[in-house]
Amino acid sequence: MLIVVALVLIVLGSIAFHLLSPWWWTPIASNWDYIDNTLVITFWITGAVFAAIVLFMAYCVLKFRHRPGHKAEFDPENKRLEWWLTGVTAAGVAAMLVPGLFVWKQFVTVPEEATELEVFGQQWSWAYRLPGADGVLGTADAEWVNGENPLGVNPHDRFGKDDLIIEGGEVYLPVDQPVKLLLRSIDVLHNFYVPEFRAKMDMVPGMVTYIWFTPTRTGDFEVLCAEYCGTAHPFMRGYVTVVEAEEYHEWLQEQLTFEEYASNARAAQPVQLAEN
Amino acid sequence: MTVILAFLALVALVAGLWLSQQRLASKPWLETGIAPLAGHGPGRAPGFIFIAVFLAVVGGLFAMLGSAFVMQIEETPWELVPLPGRVWLNTGLLLLASLFLQFVVISARAGTARWLNASLIAASIATLAFLAGQAQVWMELTAGGYRLDGTPAASFFYLITGLHGLHVLGGIIALAAVALRHAGAGDVKALLPGVRLCALYWHGLLAFWLMLFALLQGWGNAFLALCRAAVG
Amino acid sequence: MVDRGSDDQMQLPPREVADVMPPHAHSWIGKYVFSQDAKYIAIQYSGTAVAIGLVALVMSWLMRLQLGFPGTFDFITAEAYYQFVTMHGMIMVIYLLTAIFLGGFGNYLIPLMVGARDMVFPFVNMLSYWVYLLAVLVLVASFFVPGGPTGAGWTLYPPQAVLSGTPGGAQSGIILMLVSLILFIIGFTMGGLNYAVTVLQARTRGMTMMRLPLTVWGIFTATVMALLAFPALFVACVMMLFDRLLGTSFFMPTLVELGEKLSYGGGSPIAFQHLFWFFGHPEVYIVALPAFGIVSDLIAVHARKNIFGYRMMVWAIVIIGALSFIVWAHHMYVSGMHPWFGFFFATTTLIIAIPTAIKVYNWVLTLWKGDIHLTIPMLFALGFIVTFVNGGLTGLFLGNVVVDVPLSDTMFVVAHFHMVMGVAPIMVIFGAIYHWYPKITGRMLNEAMGQIHFWVTFIGAYAVFFPMHYVGLVGVPRRYFEIGEPEFLTAPVDGLNAFISSAALIVGAVQVLFLFNIFWSLRRGREAGGNPWRAASLEWQTPETPPRHGNWDELPDVYRWAYDYSVPGAPEDYLAQNDPWFSDGEDRRL
Repeated sequence: MLIVVALVLIVLGSIAFHLLSPWWWTPIASNWDYIDNTLVITFWITGAVFAAIVLFMAYCVLKFRHRPGHKAEFDPENKRLEWWLTGVTAAGVAAMLVPGLFVWKQFVTVPEEATELEVFGQQWSWAYRLPGADGVLGTADAEWVNGENPLGVNPHDRFGKDDLIIEGGEVYLPVDQPVKLLLRSIDVLHNFYVPEFRAKMDMVPGMVTYIWFTPTRTGDFEVLCAEYCGTAHPFMRGYVTVVEAEEYHEWLQEQLTFEEYASNARAAQPVQLAEN
Repeated sequence: MTVILAFLALVALVAGLWLSQQRLASKPWLETGIAPLAGHGPGRAPGFIFIAVFLAVVGGLFAMLGSAFVMQIEETPWELVPLPGRVWLNTGLLLLASLFLQFVVISARAGTARWLNASLIAASIATLAFLAGQAQVWMELTAGGYRLDGTPAASFFYLITGLHGLHVLGGIIALAAVALRHAGAGDVKALLPGVRLCALYWHGLLAFWLMLFALLQGWGNAFLALCRAAVG
Repeated sequence: MVDRGSDDQMQLPPREVADVMPPHAHSWIGKYVFSQDAKYIAIQYSGTAVAIGLVALVMSWLMRLQLGFPGTFDFITAEAYYQFVTMHGMIMVIYLLTAIFLGGFGNYLIPLMVGARDMVFPFVNMLSYWVYLLAVLVLVASFFVPGGPTGAGWTLYPPQAVLSGTPGGAQSGIILMLVSLILFIIGFTMGGLNYAVTVLQARTRGMTMMRLPLTVWGIFTATVMALLAFPALFVACVMMLFDRLLGTSFFMPTLVELGEKLSYGGGSPIAFQHLFWFFGHPEVYIVALPAFGIVSDLIAVHARKNIFGYRMMVWAIVIIGALSFIVWAHHMYVSGMHPWFGFFFATTTLIIAIPTAIKVYNWVLTLWKGDIHLTIPMLFALGFIVTFVNGGLTGLFLGNVVVDVPLSDTMFVVAHFHMVMGVAPIMVIFGAIYHWYPKITGRMLNEAMGQIHFWVTFIGAYAVFFPMHYVGLVGVPRRYFEIGEPEFLTAPVDGLNAFISSAALIVGAVQVLFLFNIFWSLRRGREAGGNPWRAASLEWQTPETPPRHGNWDELPDVYRWAYDYSVPGAPEDYLAQNDPWFSDGEDRRL
């Protein structure tokens, strides 16, 4: 009997926790409210199924619990009921899957007007690279990484010379402008994750992965690494600052191109040697 | 992952055929009494099923390796290791070993001792020669600059042939055990259950080797490219 | 098929399986150490699995102490935390759940339930256990080597698993882990071949596949799946071992580690993920299918009712088993694989929900119009349904590719898989132990202790993992040594984490009571007799309890399926499978 009460309380408690607790996703700051909507649909459908099954079970236990003289019914199967349940389940699954697949199509189709930003991960920090005046990112590979070239930009690629190198883990993005992130790592797997943007994707050494989104409100958003990357994984943080277009352009002016960065690094080296 | 999926489709086909004989649509609650078991007669010894299932496991292992190899070559087709002609000879030797062993089974079943020992020895020698030949291929390739710790394509060659060789070696040990156990006794028929299992195992390893050989030649990737071209 | 009357039909069909008595051991060592009796091997397997499982349980406490009370326990460093995470996951999934369901319950129940004297190849079966034990010892050894065990996460993703940024990556931790897994797979294959061939070849006269208890169907299908899936893990482990020891680059592209260029180049880290999850997803069902089977039997026996829709249950097991091989990449939606795969794998993943749902409906419908005895096994079965439905439904979030994007790699995933393949199968293991303990020992487990054990475990585990979903929903990633107080949190999660940790400690502690009960009841438990639950399947019909080596005097003949409960007109409310009673009083043979 206690179990009947427990089952009912579990259903009521779970629903109450869902509706009343303060733990919910963080307010969105990108165009992916479709994802949130699909999630809400899924919550409704699965929540209803959970409540229905557990409450039905509680009812069965209450109604058909053992009492002296009580006997079970011999009831091997009911084909019609089973096919009917299969059909309803299939419909419920389709109601979740179909919108999901439509949104996924959008998720993987980058709009043409999206600008590019390379996100660069290594144990355990973030850096970024933006195409320079020519609007094209130069090629890059772990092969080329050295003290003057921490991001491994291909020094023989003319498109790379004017690329902007942004170290320090903080980057600016203009609001309402779609952006395609090209994700690159030179050591282990990382994952570029900003909870407010919803999108995330692994960064795999040896290849370039991507996501895209449109920031929809200004503010500072924390970047976390979401793929385990070694001992300091939880401390691999950075910031994305979404600003209005003018402010963004001001910020752009302050950034160093790859060429400037490399010559600065070269200039700094003898000093370091002297200090040593 | 095409290779492993194709292999599993084959396994699923066999499993499906077997299941189709198990009267899965019957209503067991309506049937009381002693029903005859479906699907197998007294002819299939448990050992036969054991080796057959084991071959499916080993097949899964090599299909998985094959999948990984094909994925790798997809990325870096230029790194494919050119196989020396010696590999063809080795393949012939393994084929020969399989045939000799089948002949041992036939003789043992007929109870004729005449050619049995000779073909048993021939099968063993052909198998050992296969292993020696594979080792020689290794040395040749290493000398030619395709080192184990070189490109992944080369590493795959050593890993795949090595694991296959280990399985062959295990087979030889089993065959030796079977032969020695019955060496003293004159009864040829007593040899049958053991050598039959060995023969089945040899045929299996031969089949896997042929598939792996084709993949290592790059034919698997060529075939996939062809399919892709045909589809789109 | 039904045919009566003619005289030659009255003759028993010949035995299709030779009745071979397994060789009896005479020495003490042959009986109690290197035993070839599947029942004894089952106990060895279970005992070892539970022992190493306790180590994993303690590690989960230490993890929860860190998450619930960050900064309080200085000895839990980030390195140690990741080693706990890794070892806890690996031990629970492989060395406890897989080993106890297949090596433990498989060994004990298959021969008894199909009416065989033992496994078909007892010697290989014995070897299987000893190789498993060796695998466990190698795993344990990794705790005592310099650098400690690997902290790569149970998925062991390269490149980090073999690099110095991960605990044990540049030392021997990862090597021992891989060697241990390889040994486990070899040992399992020996056992698995036995389980499969025994079901195929050693069923007694009259025991058709469609008369098998669902327990055997579940374990059999899981075994076949494991035999086909483990090679993928084997290959992945061997390749990674080569990468770590011999300088190959199977999974290693050109890398710069902490400013230093390594000698690797050309390999693909994603290839490992494909291999790993090609094993890893079937693995979920390798654990789940035996649980599905066992819980079906628990429900039928304790509700005194045939399992509802037996045929659909069998089909669902087979379909789930087959489908589980083409859903693996749903673990890799955000891995950087080709995005178009998402469409295919989301579809297959959500399709697999349909046969799974049918199983749930049929369990609940078995209760409908039953005669429900709220015994401890039944309580655990009910607990299983609740946790499994909960965990299964959250699987629909993660399987639906785009919904997975915000949730993947968060605590939501951790909550989901703990609910569905941690708590739910363990509920079944507990239920099964309460159910079959009388057969194994001849005595009942203590009921009062069982009640406490059930209530604390069930409510406690739900209190641990239900709120954990919301920690993930807020956005806290998994495998975080500490989250701090980043701005995206809509509410601080510290209090919730402390609550979860406290509940986890209590749930862990009550398992000690369960272990005590097991040992206490060996001597003090109530005498059970041969068939205390009045169950119909064959294992309860042995001439002796506990069954002796060889199980039967004469092999039983099977006349009916395993679920003849409350048959109208029958003398009792169950008919044993070897009971030749017929409703019309007439001897009828097929």
